[in-house]
Amino acid sequence: MYTFSNKLKTFSFILMILGALGVGYGFMTSHKSLDEVKTMLAEEASAHGGGHAEEATHAVQEAQSDNHAEESHGEEAIHADEVHHDDAHAEHVMHQIANRPWSALYVAAFFFMMIALGVLAFYAIQIASQAGWSPVLFRVMEGITAYVLPGTLIVLGIAAASGTLGHYNLFIWMDPEVVAHDKLIAGKSGFLNLPWFIIRGLIFIAGWSLYRHFSRKFSIAQDTAEDKSNFKKSFRISAAFLVFFIYTESMMSWDWIMSVDPHWFSTLFGWYVFASMFVSGITVIALITIYLKSRNYLEFVNENHLHDVAKFMFAFSIFWTYLWFSQFMLIWYSNIPEEVTYFVTRFQDYKLPFLGMVVMNFVFPILMLMNADYKRIPWFVVMAGLVILFGHYIDIFNMIMPATVGDRWFIGIPEISSVLLFAGLFIFIVFTALTKAPLLVKGYPFRKESEEFHY
Amino acid sequence: MEASKVIHAIYTDDDVLMSAVKKVKAERYHIEEIYTPFPVHGLDKAMGLEPTRIAITAFIYGLIGLTVAILMMNFIMIEDWPQDIGGKPSFSYLENMPAFVPIMFELTVFFAAHLMVITFYLRSRMWPFKNAENPDPRTTDDHFLMEIAVHGNEKELESLLAETGAVEINLVDKAH
Repeated sequence: MYTFSNKLKTFSFILMILGALGVGYGFMTSHKSLDEVKTMLAEEASAHGGGHAEEATHAVQEAQSDNHAEESHGEEAIHADEVHHDDAHAEHVMHQIANRPWSALYVAAFFFMMIALGVLAFYAIQIASQAGWSPVLFRVMEGITAYVLPGTLIVLGIAAASGTLGHYNLFIWMDPEVVAHDKLIAGKSGFLNLPWFIIRGLIFIAGWSLYRHFSRKFSIAQDTAEDKSNFKKSFRISAAFLVFFIYTESMMSWDWIMSVDPHWFSTLFGWYVFASMFVSGITVIALITIYLKSRNYLEFVNENHLHDVAKFMFAFSIFWTYLWFSQFMLIWYSNIPEEVTYFVTRFQDYKLPFLGMVVMNFVFPILMLMNADYKRIPWFVVMAGLVILFGHYIDIFNMIMPATVGDRWFIGIPEISSVLLFAGLFIFIVFTALTKAPLLVKGYPFRKESEEFHY
Repeated sequence: MEASKVIHAIYTDDDVLMSAVKKVKAERYHIEEIYTPFPVHGLDKAMGLEPTRIAITAFIYGLIGLTVAILMMNFIMIEDWPQDIGGKPSFSYLENMPAFVPIMFELTVFFAAHLMVITFYLRSRMWPFKNAENPDPRTTDDHFLMEIAVHGNEKELESLLAETGAVEINLVDKAH
């Protein structure tokens, strides 16, 4: 049995408290008045000497929205128009600044939720495929999936709160004002409306949590069982869950991520998000396994198991890149305005995180984890894993932030403290769950095969 | 000219063969070669063979394929015959790079896979019209053959091999 060390428990509490303070600070400082924003913009404009990208985008927006004034009217009309436009722009920026703590919180909440959900899918695949190498890691996976229920509820809670308590800080389709003036969103309002969004979310969460509850129950029951009936039940529900999961995961990704840009859609978005959650989940399995081993638990896990987990990290990093690139290339090549804006904003305002994530999620893992020997060295896998995790945080960041905060992004106090908050909660819940059952699935039929697994 | 006499010990089961290999290695005899009808998992480790270096060659071939793809697409699409495809005039390799990525990927895989297979054949001394080195056709069906060089110690060797469960032990003159 694993005991949650006091040191780690204190650490998780410190993370949560620091995170909560930072998140609070982020919310407190995000309410700027229109005048404050105007002064800020003026300062920025003068600080940058006037000739920077801000003005370029400004000019583009102006050309799009207000070009009727320019030709026939005189100088004054243009001037008036600019003043009016400055106001609109400042208001827009004010909203973006107010959206930032919400988005930061949402990105971090989603990131940790997706780790747990990815592990749940991985676990179901191991059972449904009757994998022989992985049963020694089942209890680690079960520990991580304890976070599925709280994590998903938090994400759905933040999304719902942003449309009720907040000022539609994440999903503009929740704002009746916007829907009334937007034909495209109005056409989607049969699907994209708050009650149906919440009901859908609850259905997804219910399905995932039920699977997690019963698979865990059967797994523990199998430890002491005489026959294999629990294993068989677990096998059956895993297969059923995987079917349910791939549909609901896809819909979840439209709901919880893609609808922040309600005009834009991509048909492989569900797969893309799945790749991200899967590789992050597998990476966390590796990290927690290595941690537990360093604390002298999991004596039955050896470098052969680590090798296989690292192979998955490697392979799914490439899988993620494949989907990322497939999505990007088709949209880039066809160059249809309503699609390509998605990548235009990312290239203009998010160049560093957007291209940096490809380096962290593809170039780095492919070079670091290609060699078979390196996959067996714990500290090497930890280093590669931390980079992969950070890269996939940035991936989620790139999915949400451009729609909510635009070019007002930064990885500062709101973002870092949101990560700390949920990291603390994740550690607390996962390691508490690990103490609840022995770390070896004693009665599992493939236990011996897994223990003797070698490369 | 090295010792021209070898012993061929024949086994009918891969598990028996594995334990025999371990015993023979423990007695410090040098196993020249083992012929099996299918790959036996762990046999290379038991024989003490060096780990394969084919992965390194595969990596190098992949890099060659990637380079060929880049140079090829640069010549075809940018230098030799630039076209305006979908409003993307091909005057710059870098700006048109996403369109070439599938080709870069495919040629990397193509070069790595094909050259790796060819390397494997050559390294195993196999090429078209080559005569089989296999000393006993039964090793392509259901028998396993272990070949050990003899240095005037055939008596001990034969008794050792008989102990390990060999069904047949032949002393053969190997024509070098």
